[in-house]
Amino acid sequence: MSVTATFRIWRGDAHGGKFEDYATPISEGMVVLDAVHQIQAGQANDLACRWNCKAGKCGSCSAEINGIPKLMCMTRLNSIPLDQPVTIEPMKAFPILRDLVTDVSWNFAAKLKVKKFKPRPPDAPDGSWRMAQVDIDRVQEFRKCIECFLCQDVCHVLREHHKHEEFIGPRLLVYTAALEMHPLDTEERVADLKKGHGIGYCNITKCCTTVCPENITITDNAIIPLKERVVDEFFDPLKGLWKLIRPKS
Amino acid sequence: MPEYQTHEHDVLIIGAGGAGLRAAIEASAAGVKVGLVCKSLLGKAHTVMAEGGIAAALANVDDRDNWRVHFADTMRGGQYVNNWRMAELHAKEAPERVRELEKWGAVFDRTPDGRILQRNFGGHRYPRLAHVGDRTGLELIRTLQDHGIHQGIDVHMEHTVVTLLKDGDRVVGALAYERERGRFKIFRAKAVVLATGGIGRAYKITSNSWEYTGDGHALAYQAGAELIDMEFVQFHPTGMVWPPSVMGILVTEGVRGEGGILTNTEGKRFMFGDIPDTYKTQTADNPEEGWRYCQGDKNARRPPELLTRDHVARCIVREIKAGRGTPHGGVFLDIAWIKEKMPDAPEYIRRKLPSMYHQFKQLADIDITREPMEVGPTTHYVMGGIRVDADTQMTPTLPGLFACGECAAGINGANRLGGNSLSDIIVFGKRAGEYAAKFAQENGVGAADDAQIEAAARRSLEPFDRGAAEGGKAEGPYQVQYDLQEMMQDLVGIVRREDEMQRALAGLAKLWERAGKVAVHGHREYNPGWHTAIDLPNLLTVSEAVTRSAIERKESRGAHFRDDFEDKDATFGKVNIVVRKLADGSMEVRREPIPEMPDHLKQVIEEMK
Repeated sequence: MSVTATFRIWRGDAHGGKFEDYATPISEGMVVLDAVHQIQAGQANDLACRWNCKAGKCGSCSAEINGIPKLMCMTRLNSIPLDQPVTIEPMKAFPILRDLVTDVSWNFAAKLKVKKFKPRPPDAPDGSWRMAQVDIDRVQEFRKCIECFLCQDVCHVLREHHKHEEFIGPRLLVYTAALEMHPLDTEERVADLKKGHGIGYCNITKCCTTVCPENITITDNAIIPLKERVVDEFFDPLKGLWKLIRPKS
Repeated sequence: MPEYQTHEHDVLIIGAGGAGLRAAIEASAAGVKVGLVCKSLLGKAHTVMAEGGIAAALANVDDRDNWRVHFADTMRGGQYVNNWRMAELHAKEAPERVRELEKWGAVFDRTPDGRILQRNFGGHRYPRLAHVGDRTGLELIRTLQDHGIHQGIDVHMEHTVVTLLKDGDRVVGALAYERERGRFKIFRAKAVVLATGGIGRAYKITSNSWEYTGDGHALAYQAGAELIDMEFVQFHPTGMVWPPSVMGILVTEGVRGEGGILTNTEGKRFMFGDIPDTYKTQTADNPEEGWRYCQGDKNARRPPELLTRDHVARCIVREIKAGRGTPHGGVFLDIAWIKEKMPDAPEYIRRKLPSMYHQFKQLADIDITREPMEVGPTTHYVMGGIRVDADTQMTPTLPGLFACGECAAGINGANRLGGNSLSDIIVFGKRAGEYAAKFAQENGVGAADDAQIEAAARRSLEPFDRGAAEGGKAEGPYQVQYDLQEMMQDLVGIVRREDEMQRALAGLAKLWERAGKVAVHGHREYNPGWHTAIDLPNLLTVSEAVTRSAIERKESRGAHFRDDFEDKDATFGKVNIVVRKLADGSMEVRREPIPEMPDHLKQVIEEMK
């Protein structure tokens, strides 16, 4: 006998919408995205959702499952209660396009504001560099990011306060951290972090770290060290004093 | 004709995986105006799924490596039906392309002396794959993306191209629709580069995402380009087999590169029992030597698990058919066993194969540091594709149309070596971008008449008309797609035979008919049913090309294995199978001699034997 579960999926567009219930049979090992695909193929051909790799590597199928930001492809049905409807709704921090699809173009535009990688001159005549593995471990952690934007979605600065113009959000702070901590990089981004990128808005509630499907320690390893750089540069009282009294050349 | 939004670029690139992005970067660096159209969001293309690494003879780990060895390995892996000029360019240029990624911010794993680390992989004589754990593809695409966005490229995300626009034989643009809004847009360009990837969605069990519907292959074919080598579809030996919902998801060859072994239910390492003659001298004949190889012992030969993908896949199928497969229809892939050899094995596995660890833990409740994985073959890659000139990547029959990456053919011959696709896309992506820019600089704007645009738009909207007309009774697109996938898997899969493939041809004719009648409902904004209906003709076109080419090649070579012609046939070793569309709409299949290899390359192959 097959088991059936009910999925309460948000249907609608920018003008509004509502939840609709779909019952679909479930089998061992299924993930939420499988259920959505089954519903799409059998009951609602026009149900809009993004997906690509179905293996947690591309970060396309972000949604809120029972209110929690997750990748649909990595959320096993045996990890959520099925005796009540499973709600699936689009991310809240971005404008709705249709059903589960949101307009995430802001993330791409905001990324352009972060100054690009600028390496020091090569270390060897063949144009290559030398870096120790221990010096790149932390950058590699940040570069695991699959740009699912779940951290942006959960961040209250964006989600509740809509500071998209003033704050680049956890994803792009991780991106900045990967550049800033890259052993070869020579660019200066600390002033931007304070002003244009609004790092001060982050009050380290660590929600972003909690939802990251790649388990990147966003707050502790990326944002806090960047905050420290900003503090060192702009809020160090001794440094401030020195700037005031130093002999002018 | 309705007023469609029109974009004008010098070079239009279709597809934003590694090949498309690399082409876009190169073309824009040449100073022309570049447009990039892609089906998904930027940075989500299938390149992210590439795990193991980029093959390039950097010789950082073994200084005996150089382009000549890489060239010979690639030709041997491709069973010598490769385009030798492409294989030569690829082997020579890959190291420079990899170093360039580092210049743009990529962070590869390091050797103890701080250089780019390289790992072992199937069919490569020396450790050759530059990598980042097991997420090399993500590193590559993100590096190109983050570099490319500062180059002034116009990116049009979530657009699907429905037809190429022509001025006589010359390709001068494309008609696309915006997936979000369902609106058609005209893209006019002096040169067009196809970088659309593969065709895996023609099969039921595949490691490929929904995007892999053979769009570039079909667009080029419909416009009059030739496709070659379409019979060569790579079935990766190790895909997940359980649970059902993850069937086909890739398990990187890196697992075997790090020492993972394949066993059957009798606990036997069955790969030792079947080592092809061409690889005997390079392959270990005992487990101890194989392990030493994985540990970097330069005097050891590689374990048989690292034979080429076509061979390993067939050996796995044989074990399963002989009743020695696992309960879920696979074989065991065991990396946990290395704990016998190293004290900190679990930590080592998690560090070298983090996403495999993650994938199995989360999707299958398997801890790969403690227990073996169950794996079986999965449709992974198509060696065949659009015929292009080796140096310029331009199609010989359609001036102004270029192709690179998986949708182009030539470099891989009958079987691709792991790691050669990431190097392929950056080597030939660069070349396609360079020569497309040059073509655009040397040629004026072409003109595409309104009739072809209007015809394509009308054809694309027909499923809606049928949906409205039939009031919900007509068939939707999904079942047709499922039936196609099921049929290709069963009849034109890993092991093929004439009668089954003839049945597939008959089946394809019926599926063409059904595809012409599918109906969709709802409206045009982000409607996946409609998108699937539009993908169907592409999938059918490439499926037909695969089937007809596979019937024509009456031998077994590389990824193409025939039950009724089990051996290699030297006469087929001298030809490519070519398909093209005839004026009456039918598909012509012909054999064409492979140009003679020049002496200096023959000599390289001889030396490396």
